Amino acid sequence: MGSLPFVFPFAELEVGQHLYWQIGNFRIHGQVFMTSWLLIGALLALVVIGTKKMERDPKGVQNLLEFLWDYIRDLARTQIGEKVYRDWMPFIGTLFLFIFVSNWGGALVPWKLIELPSGELGAPTADINTTVALALLVSLSYFYAGLSNKGLRYFEYYVHPTPIMLPFKIVEDFTKPLSLSFRLFGNILADELVVAVLVFLVPLVLPVPVMFLGLFTSAIQALIFATLAAYYIGEAVEEHH
Amino acid sequence: MPTLFLFGASEGGLFDFDATLPLMAVQVVLLTFILNALFFKPVGRVVEERENYVNTSRAEAKKKIAEVEGLETELKAQLKEARLEAQKVILEAEQDSENLYKEALALATSEANASREKARREIDTQRDDALNQLKSEADNLGDLIVERLLAKK
Repeated sequence: MGSLPFVFPFAELEVGQHLYWQIGNFRIHGQVFMTSWLLIGALLALVVIGTKKMERDPKGVQNLLEFLWDYIRDLARTQIGEKVYRDWMPFIGTLFLFIFVSNWGGALVPWKLIELPSGELGAPTADINTTVALALLVSLSYFYAGLSNKGLRYFEYYVHPTPIMLPFKIVEDFTKPLSLSFRLFGNILADELVVAVLVFLVPLVLPVPVMFLGLFTSAIQALIFATLAAYYIGEAVEEHH
Repeated sequence: MPTLFLFGASEGGLFDFDATLPLMAVQVVLLTFILNALFFKPVGRVVEERENYVNTSRAEAKKKIAEVEGLETELKAQLKEARLEAQKVILEAEQDSENLYKEALALATSEANASREKARREIDTQRDDALNQLKSEADNLGDLIVERLLAKK
């Protein structure tokens, strides 16, 4: 794509190219970590500023943080249930905030201004490694939640309500992380691709509504991921009678 | 652009799994702990403190309202009682004053009667006295006339 004669500085797109960092025997995608560190830094800065001087009558950033906290609490409470939602609220909230910040950061920050020798900066969630990592964390946490809450009785869930369900439930354990990771990855990558292709074809005006649509899907995807993660955990700790 | 989707290429590609995956997982777990310490715990504490404060304030206010209502009914009862008592006192006072008036009237009437009676009696005695005196004087005079007449002879 870069070989095309007329290229706009913001319209270039390099899919599947990465900036490799070599650490020992392992290679990692440098661009993913660079953007994620910047975005996590921004998130932490917001959190630190907002929690620096908290009062009973909230002011400024504290309002925003309390709104987010309330939102995440409601999400965790409705999906996981009154009994254990407190234990899982930080995890659900972190998933939501990290994915939200990654998606919006990837869409809103003009990363193209920074030239990389290979690959390009963008949403960390547009890299399959990130989304699979998040999805596997969700799998681990719902297993952990089920086992720590109910012990071996957790496996009753697999034969509930009838043992016929057993194969389906086992398949579910694989499809859950698969669908979680691919849904997020596909949506964010597709969004970036659509915007890039549109900008490449019609540089003015037309991509703007698509960009707004992209922001909308980005937010929705963060919510979906967090909600599903909470739902899986809630399913694992639910008591069957 | 057939090179857009480099599935399974030896270098790079969309599904290029490597050490990014575990590192990202570790990073997210770390972020969870950091955000728990910096965000979820402190904000939760503040929000829950406020919720407690609001709840206790509301409960206190309710208790105070109930107290006030109790006091109000008590006061009303007291007021009613006081009013009844006042009415009773007024009635008693009225009766008392009427009694006093009647008594005074009776006393005055009897006194007036007595003094009138006394006056009449006095008048009667005086009249009787005067009559007696007149009578005796007339008798004397009569006697004198008779004497004189007899003496002339």
